[in-house]
Amino acid sequence: MIGWGLAEVTVRLGATTALDRVSLGVDPGVVAVVVGGDGAGKTTLARTLAGLVAVSAGAVGRPVGRVGYQPAGSGVWPDLTVTENLSFVASAFHIGAAPAARRMAALLEATGLGAARDRLGANLSGGMRRKLGVAMALLAEPEMVVLDEPTTGVDPVSRYELWRLVSQTAAAGAAVVMTTTYLDEAERAGTILALEAGRTLAAGTPEEVRGSLRGAVYAVDRASQANHQWRRGAAWRIWTEGSPPAGARRVDADLGDVLIAASLAGGGEGSR
Amino acid sequence: MWAMVVKEFRQVRRDRRTLAMMILMPVLLLVIFGYAASFDVANVKVALMGPGAEALRDRVPDRLEVTTVDPAGDRDAAVDLLKRGRVVAVIVATTDSQSVLVDGSELFQARAVVQTVTAARQEMPGLTLEVLFNPTLDTSAVLVPGLGGLILLFVGTVITSLGVVRERQAGTLEQLAVMPLRPRDVFVGKVAPYFLVAAADLTVVLVVGTVLFDVPFNGSVLTLALGSVLFLFVTLGVGVVISSVSENQGQAIQLALMTLLPQVLLSGIIFPLSSMGPGVRWIGYLLPLTYFNQVARGVMVRGAPIDSLLVPLGLLALLGAIAFTLAVARFRRFLTVGGGGRGGADDGTPA
Repeated sequence: MIGWGLAEVTVRLGATTALDRVSLGVDPGVVAVVVGGDGAGKTTLARTLAGLVAVSAGAVGRPVGRVGYQPAGSGVWPDLTVTENLSFVASAFHIGAAPAARRMAALLEATGLGAARDRLGANLSGGMRRKLGVAMALLAEPEMVVLDEPTTGVDPVSRYELWRLVSQTAAAGAAVVMTTTYLDEAERAGTILALEAGRTLAAGTPEEVRGSLRGAVYAVDRASQANHQWRRGAAWRIWTEGSPPAGARRVDADLGDVLIAASLAGGGEGSR
Repeated sequence: MWAMVVKEFRQVRRDRRTLAMMILMPVLLLVIFGYAASFDVANVKVALMGPGAEALRDRVPDRLEVTTVDPAGDRDAAVDLLKRGRVVAVIVATTDSQSVLVDGSELFQARAVVQTVTAARQEMPGLTLEVLFNPTLDTSAVLVPGLGGLILLFVGTVITSLGVVRERQAGTLEQLAVMPLRPRDVFVGKVAPYFLVAAADLTVVLVVGTVLFDVPFNGSVLTLALGSVLFLFVTLGVGVVISSVSENQGQAIQLALMTLLPQVLLSGIIFPLSSMGPGVRWIGYLLPLTYFNQVARGVMVRGAPIDSLLVPLGLLALLGAIAFTLAVARFRRFLTVGGGGRGGADDGTPA
């Protein structure tokens, strides 16, 4: 019997293996971030954890009680107002009127949606819709929260507010799993799972993932002939397990560098 | 322009269901409706009653098929038989007179009887003719009850199918799947507004029909309400099932119309079932509108008692139970592991 999370889970969707022996422990009070590019398997993982996908192999552990889920498409009913969306979730989870009102007010305040409380879901901006989706997932104070790319398309200030909300939720004792394409968000996680083409690229705490780097990362000002290089701001990064490239200076690899290097080491594209 | 044409061909090719409908449906509909579209009445079921019934049996024109002979029957028994819809006409024969009572709710058959009896009166001057329930053989009196059924069908099937598929397209079925809701909760909650709207529509249609078009209402409102509720269960269930097998609203509309058209033409509202070829008539007996039409027309026009409508009411209940079970089963598939709001249809695309 496993705790919450995935243990050696394989998910096949038709002829495609969307997840291939992927494991992720999800502990109360911890934010687990799943990072990966398009088609990495993040949404399949989120849906699997939410109980929406049957696994071909492995085991999934979920709390018996409440699970909050924000799907990749936000999960907001477009023809209900912000308040009506939240009220429906409260009713479905049998939350009493008074606690529901308090919780809704707190979430509207935290997500900055108070001024848009009477606006239809269809009339919200993409970012606002995602924030509402997160608020709906958190409303019932679930034991486990699964958020599928909650920060995609959200402005930087709102991203910060959403992260604060997610951190508060974890601090209150919930297990939080969120997927993202933003590597900087992985830095804030208690646990990271990096996926590529349905397989685990790296896993562990941010320190463990950073420590898993084989070889070293170097910086150069211009693109070179090196096989494993990628653009980073105005400069270029090169990863190699061999001798340092000529004219390159070694840098302290951050999480983004480590994950890109891991991808390249696993047979990813030579240049990005 | 060429780019646009190529794009459209590619899209149409991939929408195989629409393509199949575009090619097969016209042929299928032509064949079915070709056999169904007939107002011709070959023969009409009649009963003979009264002391002179036996003597009259051999003199009845061929077009009238005698199914019941009851020498002990009188006019009241004849009217009761007609109310129950067992026969279309009853000839009540005493020793010195014959009167023909005709059920005006069966428009085309009643007209055939009138035509036949009018011709026969030249040989039998004492023969009297009386059309009951719809004395002027008014078309609207016969059509309005069925029209009420069509409204229920439209709201129940077409509109409901859109309501659920919209949920799928918005991705909100996934939300429902993780909520502590039972499949039947979702089904009942989903169809409740449509149920009320359809019920209101039916009331309006019947009131307007009765007031504006003088459609009689001779029977029990409760019996009609029971038939309507059972019929609505069928139509709403079918709407949900259609929605659950459709990927988008366009497909849902197509499928809903496919269930609507046969019911319009094969349920006996327009063409009498007895006039249809046996090859397509059996389809009519599978359609819920056929039985709703029998109940509505029976209650409204003939004032049929409930015990004479147990067969159509029972069949509506059976069809309703089947549709409800199928709809709940589809919701269960959506709302449990592996369904995931996508009906279990793997798209093979990891995200």
